[in-house]
Amino acid sequence: MVEHGDIRVVHRGGSKINSREPVVTNDSRFLLCASGERVKVFSTSTEECVHDLRGHTDLVTGVLLRPTNHLQVYSCSVDGTVRLWDFTDGILIKTYDIGYPVYAIYASANHEGVFFIVTPTQSDNRSELFQLVAVHLPQSGDQLVEAQELSAVLSNVSSNPAATGFGRGGEYIASAKGLHLEVYFFKKQKSYRFSLKEDNKKGGKNTLMCIACHPKDDCIATGHEDGKIRLWRNFNHKKEYTYTTLHWHHNAVSSLRFTPEGTNLLSGGLESVLVQWRYNQESERDFLPRLGSAITHIAVSPDGTLFCTSHSDNKITIIQSCVKVSAVIQGLVNGESVRTDLMVDPRSKSLVLNGKPGHLQFYSLQRDKLLYNLDIVQQEYIHELGLQQFEVVKVAFDAPGNWMATVEERKPKAAEPEINLKLWAFDEQTQSFVLNTTVSAPHEAQITSMCFSQAADGQTSMLVSASEDGHFKAWQLPRSACTEDEGPSWSCDFVGDYRGLAPQCCCFSADGSLLAVSFQEVVTVWSPASWELLTTLSQPPKAIRDLCFGRLGCSKYLMGTTASNLLCCWNLLTCSLEWSTSMDVSLLLSDPLTENMAAFCCQAESTDLFVFKPSEPRPVASLKAVCSGKVTRAVFAPREEMLESCEESSQWLNRSQLYFLTQHMDLMTFTTKAEEDRLAASSKQLFIDDSVAMTPFYLLLGKHRKQENQDSLTRLSAELMPLPRGSLAIKELLQSPAHVLPSTSVLCSMFVESLLVSVADGSEESKHAEEEMESEKEEEDSEGEMESRTPRPEPASPGLQSAESAAPALTKAQLKELRRVKKLDHGWLADLLLS
Amino acid sequence: MASFKPTKIQVYPKLGEKVTQDTLYWKNYKAPVQIKEFGAITSIDFSPVAPHNFAVTAFTRIHIYGPFSQEPVKTLTRFKDTAYCGRFRSDGQLLVAGCEDSVVRLFDVSGKAALRMFRGHTKAVHVTDFTSDRYQILTGSDDYTCRLWDIPNATELNSYREHTDYVRCGVTSKLNRDLFITGSYDHTLKLFDARADKSVMTMDHGQPVESLLLYPSEGLLVSAGGRHVKVWDLLKGGQPLVSMKNHHKTVTCLCLSSNGQRLLSASLDRHVKVYNTTNYKVVHNFDYAASILSLALAPNDESIVAGMTNSILSIKHRKSPEESAEVSGQQRRTPSYRVFVKGKNYAPKQDDYLVSKPVKQHLAKYDKQLRTFNVSNSLDTALATWTRLRKPEITVAVIKELDRRGTLKNALAGRDEQWLARLLNFLIGNLVDPRFAAVLAPAAEMILDVYRRVVGQSPLVDRQLLRLQELLEREIDYQQDLLEVLGMLDTLFASSLPRLEVPHPGTSRANGLAQGEAGTSRPQLQAT
Repeated sequence: MVEHGDIRVVHRGGSKINSREPVVTNDSRFLLCASGERVKVFSTSTEECVHDLRGHTDLVTGVLLRPTNHLQVYSCSVDGTVRLWDFTDGILIKTYDIGYPVYAIYASANHEGVFFIVTPTQSDNRSELFQLVAVHLPQSGDQLVEAQELSAVLSNVSSNPAATGFGRGGEYIASAKGLHLEVYFFKKQKSYRFSLKEDNKKGGKNTLMCIACHPKDDCIATGHEDGKIRLWRNFNHKKEYTYTTLHWHHNAVSSLRFTPEGTNLLSGGLESVLVQWRYNQESERDFLPRLGSAITHIAVSPDGTLFCTSHSDNKITIIQSCVKVSAVIQGLVNGESVRTDLMVDPRSKSLVLNGKPGHLQFYSLQRDKLLYNLDIVQQEYIHELGLQQFEVVKVAFDAPGNWMATVEERKPKAAEPEINLKLWAFDEQTQSFVLNTTVSAPHEAQITSMCFSQAADGQTSMLVSASEDGHFKAWQLPRSACTEDEGPSWSCDFVGDYRGLAPQCCCFSADGSLLAVSFQEVVTVWSPASWELLTTLSQPPKAIRDLCFGRLGCSKYLMGTTASNLLCCWNLLTCSLEWSTSMDVSLLLSDPLTENMAAFCCQAESTDLFVFKPSEPRPVASLKAVCSGKVTRAVFAPREEMLESCEESSQWLNRSQLYFLTQHMDLMTFTTKAEEDRLAASSKQLFIDDSVAMTPFYLLLGKHRKQENQDSLTRLSAELMPLPRGSLAIKELLQSPAHVLPSTSVLCSMFVESLLVSVADGSEESKHAEEEMESEKEEEDSEGEMESRTPRPEPASPGLQSAESAAPALTKAQLKELRRVKKLDHGWLADLLLS
Repeated sequence: MASFKPTKIQVYPKLGEKVTQDTLYWKNYKAPVQIKEFGAITSIDFSPVAPHNFAVTAFTRIHIYGPFSQEPVKTLTRFKDTAYCGRFRSDGQLLVAGCEDSVVRLFDVSGKAALRMFRGHTKAVHVTDFTSDRYQILTGSDDYTCRLWDIPNATELNSYREHTDYVRCGVTSKLNRDLFITGSYDHTLKLFDARADKSVMTMDHGQPVESLLLYPSEGLLVSAGGRHVKVWDLLKGGQPLVSMKNHHKTVTCLCLSSNGQRLLSASLDRHVKVYNTTNYKVVHNFDYAASILSLALAPNDESIVAGMTNSILSIKHRKSPEESAEVSGQQRRTPSYRVFVKGKNYAPKQDDYLVSKPVKQHLAKYDKQLRTFNVSNSLDTALATWTRLRKPEITVAVIKELDRRGTLKNALAGRDEQWLARLLNFLIGNLVDPRFAAVLAPAAEMILDVYRRVVGQSPLVDRQLLRLQELLEREIDYQQDLLEVLGMLDTLFASSLPRLEVPHPGTSRANGLAQGEAGTSRPQLQAT
């Protein structure tokens, strides 16, 4: 995080939500999960993020509902604090400063005022040993509390939060590490340690992975690396313990959980199948298969109706009692490495990159939300370790977003790689991409680069793919030659090569009239219209790494970077080198909307960014030490609305935004101060302090409902306002036949009076009124003031107040009339009615 | 919970002819009726009036056939020598024909003897036609002349001596009684106006012209000569429009389909090509047993009649709609449309509560077995006799899927002799198929790995293995030969193509210079 001028590098979405177990609130309406430095509160029904609890300054490592107050939640973090939040309002209540990095947090209802944390044994972070520590919460009203009373419970525990758990009623705590299971009894203040052999005869691995304790029974379930689940009983004796083994999983069990009543045991692992075992009838199992990817955590709501599984692809699935997936909360999928470059879909302006295995994800940058996953490979994914799977390795979009090309690759051991090139057409009706053409084995070797022609006419689409087999191929959609029964499909138009060298990069000029293909240190420039080799450019001694044509006013320039740390700019009109400079550019990319180009430059473990125009070798802007490590993936995303920044250093951010992926697969972007302010303002506007999930529908309907509520409240108060005499009078009035009643003019005044005055303070009221009359006479000329006084609160006369609030807009004449009526003596009528 | 994704069956491009509307149209004819004539059939002409009889000129006779008869309804035999070019008048009453003996004879279709004899040519008359006013006859002869004759008086009206070689084709305008076009072996086409003494337009075809055709609009003229078919725009003064060279022998005859959308050309190479008249691309092609000399289409394309050098007349009649429907009905008896939409198009009423039912996913048997990880059973299913023989792509797809899952070895192992023989049989049948080789070769290797130890125990399997080995050896030889041919072709192409020089040979050097130059004043990117 470096500040430079007013341009800042900020995290933009994509933080992991599957790092720790999610927590479901008592009423099953919210789901809390740790996400980077924040705790996110999701609605379980609408999948929307309701709150974002910000405050921690480092990775949040645990979220836990407060046992004594189910509306509050603890979160612990590596920054050495435990924070207490009110998650319905998103307010930080307390901060407990521990002083050591906290890796997990546990609490039990039977241990009031104490929570248990896992911290490194030594104070320095590098230590591999962890201990379980009890923290006694000091009673203090302050916001920031320093927790001093620490007492070690167990030493040498696993830092994995799934490897420790509280037993029945908080009587004992069990922890697993390696091949050992340790149980600590609080009453006896004694711990028992059980060990397993390294390997059994069949070669299975017995390492304990996770643990779950039965809530009603003395039973501990442990999951093992070889897929076995052991149920331990009788563990309060050192020798006479027993265990039974359950085996269904064929890979390591990564998560175990008992349902709150203890009737079922849930387990999950790499197979991405949620298995439900009946407690004491373990032969009966239920399965929920094909959950998408490996299960990393399982959580159960306190009432047992909802199960949540978090998955390795940054996803949380909410399951209704092991039957139906009711909601999926999906974060940005960060694969091990993004094989496809970062891309921006020209239509939805969403970021496109590798998603789930065999899928492409379309991620909205504005809303920080996954739009959809597109299945590219269209094959059943087999969850098995060490299996060679199809991977999407290249994606390209054409300029209007009508066509997408994908390359998928699978490299079986000791066999030729399988490569498929697929072309997808955008379907207006379904608003998604539909497979048009599949080319199996488009090239004999790996495809190194692929790009669409950027011809502005939008008529002819051309795709060029370069491969390590020494050829580059042009694919074209024939315009007319299509048969009636099927639409047009792509076919190969040209195969080009240059002296048997392997092409590395290819790039079309802005108008699509030139194609540059680099063959090691030679750049060849071709004319796509005639497939003629126009010229060659070269800058020995090293191979070309990146190629980029200039845009708009700089379209006559071709930029290239070489492996020998050279950034070159060729002028295509003179076919000569315009300028070159020596820098280690790891990534060069051009902004499609402006002339700017960005070069990420790796120097001494950190990356600098230079933004420049090809026409002049001086940078427009430069940022030092943007992040540590090399940046290899970045993209310019067009902004929805242009910024109006006049400062020269941030002008390049006006039309598009630059996103990049760091070494650790964090998605970052550059923002300016002004933009941040604007964002903050808009987020405040959106904030609604209601417990109901905030959805667009809610924004529409919520206000309306609130208004309605208020309306009904006032109406209710008007109706319920006790009018003992008046109501009786009204009743009488309505029930008596019309011909026995006095004239309406008389009755009307009485009726109004009955609404205005209550019996108890009637005389007082009249006195008040008389006083008011007098004051009115005095101030009759000052009308404005008079009107401002009319709604004056009068605590003694609730009747008047309610009437006035019900009909607030009374003109002066009406008021006068009312007062006149009030002064009339209607006692006779009241007596008449009462008699 | 995502649903199971079924195994992807690779769709292989269909080889052979593409089925288009044209192929369907031109294939929709019955088997040809073949009639032996006395000599090479030089001309066929359909009568323009109702029964649409056609006159077939062969050797010294003209036979007139009815639309469905296989016997001639009429025979005109009063020729001293070979007859040429029997043509009907536009009312179908009269027929004119030339003859080797230079006399042009005019017949009444109902009579036998010639009504008129036009004498004047000195050599064989190959071209005869009526003008559109029906009272004149155009003739063209090997004496290089073409003449106009008056029918009532049997006198010669005019004679044109502009051609310098045999006149072998001619056509009169249907819209203007004075216009006619002739084509000659002197490579030219000439447009004459009877009101003028000279030709008004001359076009050079480049080859001896064999046949001429005017479009119904008469704006375009098609000529055939040599291997070329050329289209001329008469309204633009005889500008050549298109030249087609689709035959590999002389094109002898041209005709137009009834709607004017397709042009047919027949040639000595035994083929008839059908062109689209909008882009002049060949859309269909049919062939005959011998070189075709004449071709005619009945009105509405009811029949195609072709006359050949081996004196066979081939008549193909169009299938009636019932017949073609019957054939397709026999091929597949599908449930009626009603069955498919049963209950699907019911619109719910306003107060109805809609219960949505999950759509059941239909999986093939092998997919069901794959879903439950029954790999051996799925391979069994994919190797079932029908699938293996009729849809080898399914078998191959399942083998590929098993390979992808890394369980192919498990599925192949532990089989008995019969099963192994069946699989080897499948491999022998499909291993060298280029579509399947990439999948089946690793599978074959795996089989050898798995069953290496039991080789030699079963004579059945051993025999199959030997066959497989033989097949592979043959295939390797074959591939080697192909590579040699490819190498030869490459050298041929390389020597035939002009060597393409890079237009800026000095560029790379210039770059080097530029670099040196830039070195002195090299601008440095500096962090601000």
